[in-house]
Amino acid sequence: MAATERETLSRSADSRQPPRSLAAQQQNVGTLERWISAFGGGALTAYGLLQRSALGGALAASGGYLVYRGVAGNCLGYRALGVNTARHPGVVSVRQAVSITKSPAELYEFWRNFENLPCFMDHLESVTVQGDKRSHWVAKAPAGMTVAWDANITDEHPKELISWHSAPDADIENWGTVRFVAEPEDRGTVVHVELEYRPPAGKLGAAVARLFGEEPNQQVQEDLRRFKRLMETGEIPTIEGQPRGTRSPLGKILSPRS
Amino acid sequence: MRALCWHGKDDVRVENVPDPQIINPRDAIIKVTSTAICGSDLHLYDGYIPTVEAGDILGHEFMGEVVELGREVKNLKIGDRVVVPFPISCGNCFFCKRGLWSCCDNSNPNAWMAEKLWGYSPCGIFGYSHLTGGYAGGQAEYVRVPFADVGPMKVPDGMDDEQVLFLTDIFPTGYMAAEACDIQPGDTVAVWGAGPVGQFALKSARLLGAERVIAIDRQPERLELARRESDAETINFDELPVLDTLKELTGGRGPDAVIDAVGLEAHGGSPDALYDRAKAAAFMETDRGHALREAIIACRKGGTVSIPGVYGGFVDKIPMGAVMNKALTFKTGQTHVHRYLRPLLERIERDEINPAFVITHRLNLDEAAHGYEIFKKKQDNCIKVVLRP
Ligand SMILES: NC(=O)c1ccc[n+]([C@@H]2O[C@H](COP(=O)([O-])OP(=O)(O)OC[C@H]3O[C@@H](n4cnc5c(N)ncnc54)[C@H](O)[C@@H]3O)[C@@H](O)[C@H]2O)c1
Ligand SMILES: [Zn+2]
Ligand SMILES: [Zn+2]
Repeated sequence: MAATERETLSRSADSRQPPRSLAAQQQNVGTLERWISAFGGGALTAYGLLQRSALGGALAASGGYLVYRGVAGNCLGYRALGVNTARHPGVVSVRQAVSITKSPAELYEFWRNFENLPCFMDHLESVTVQGDKRSHWVAKAPAGMTVAWDANITDEHPKELISWHSAPDADIENWGTVRFVAEPEDRGTVVHVELEYRPPAGKLGAAVARLFGEEPNQQVQEDLRRFKRLMETGEIPTIEGQPRGTRSPLGKILSPRS
Repeated sequence: MRALCWHGKDDVRVENVPDPQIINPRDAIIKVTSTAICGSDLHLYDGYIPTVEAGDILGHEFMGEVVELGREVKNLKIGDRVVVPFPISCGNCFFCKRGLWSCCDNSNPNAWMAEKLWGYSPCGIFGYSHLTGGYAGGQAEYVRVPFADVGPMKVPDGMDDEQVLFLTDIFPTGYMAAEACDIQPGDTVAVWGAGPVGQFALKSARLLGAERVIAIDRQPERLELARRESDAETINFDELPVLDTLKELTGGRGPDAVIDAVGLEAHGGSPDALYDRAKAAAFMETDRGHALREAIIACRKGGTVSIPGVYGGFVDKIPMGAVMNKALTFKTGQTHVHRYLRPLLERIERDEINPAFVITHRLNLDEAAHGYEIFKKKQDNCIKVVLRP
């Protein structure tokens, strides 16, 4: 695939991606979540106040807190858990699946040419195939940094499965399996991804943590969504580059009604 | 180009914005010749749908001339006159393949947002908030149409814009709502809301063989149109108690099917409607469900509740007991417009219907803000506004 074409294809789906990193946002509760939280909180408060009991009082209190969280957009609970600042050490596991109306063979073939992966994996800068089993991976990290590693295929069954493990000197040790499972009738294929990585310590570790965000599952889910869209439709739907009118100085207006 | 942009509640303005470009290989650029304001646009104008952003271009009912094509669009030519369905659908996914076009898996770039609210995402929609993709709409001189090899349908020469414009949304929407009622000979169908969607639901129910159709609204001019065009019996809910009147009109059995063509901004003075107003104002309920509740209670046992009216979030106090104990069937959804384009075009060609009957106002695009205002306030007997760029 030509480089320019790949650029088009790998263009992100919208300027606003799912919140990658709660830390990256000043307000750590996403706007929509805030909308939902405010409504949920309102209902909880109303319900709690109707129950004239200690439990009711407690419900109303926590409902009130949800409303506060909805309005203030900042969650004390998240803070206490440390989600805003650091990841837990150890291994991070991700499991995601997506259903695609293509045959296992077609999907396997596209995926097995690892150089295609940056088309839909947002944080990958490049993959270079270096031999039948070995490839070199470069991922974008915040502040212009990159992380790189070599990966070896550890197991492979055409049209079915690919397993890999990073080489010993990797910036980030990672391993996993992608499986292509045919669905019944004409439904296509379910692609299952299981992936694990061990974030390194120190400054690089912090960069990696931010690279993969606080929601690695969500990131992999979005990568798989782009894979599905590219495979099913031949392109990745986007609104980036379309016209729009003057943005208000306040920026986004979340809920216009007030 | 000029385009109608949203700036807040009750605030839309025609602005100069850059022309749209082809972005993806299956895109087309359409020069808009006619576009309409929809009741769905009012939900944005009134601020009921979240994730609209200042500067967003509105409009999902539009048609025009193909002026540019992406390299993968092979079925259209520059200069073709087309109508464009309001749902953006890829034609390749599980849902498109089953004719569930408005459930397309692939066209909403912000699917993750909709998934948070609704579990799974519907299709992308032109000019209809970032929840459904944030696509620039067609109340503009030009518009970019994704998956143009699947959506747009060529219009036969000799048919004018006003005859075919409403194939983009409200005619299929009213038709799908009536089709969902599984109308049998002798059936009575009651329709809440005599706006454009209600009018097409009434007319479609007739086309599909309903014996009687009943329109419920409080705008005399809309009820009058329903009487004249669809030979409807009418109930002005400001003057008559709806449930009692329906009971009497149907000999105590109730309508065989009911259609909610009102949606989330139902009006009314009953206790439940006041409850909705208060809760919606306090952000404790997102949608006002008065018409839907009334339709559920009115429906006969074993009947169908068909809901083309738009809901976005949560409605309180749905009488689930009535739904269950009367063995009701619910049918709803954003319209699968692609499915109806050809069959309904044929009905227009056979002169079974001329969709232009709902149009009351023809304005220039520059007067769009005025169009929104009179449509919302139902001033000057406004029922449907068509804009010409
Ligand atoms: N499902 C879809 O794909 C689809 C497509 C288009 C429009 N819609 C929706 O259909 C609905 C109607 O659209 P429209 O263009 O006709 O809008 P509209 O605003 O012109 O019509 C709504 C009508 O409902 C009447 N009404 C309000 N409260 C009522 C009540 N309690 N009982 C009876 N009538 C009441 C109003 O007076 C008005 O005439 C909207 O919710 C719109 O978003 C859905
Ligand atoms: Zn519409
Ligand atoms: Zn689709």
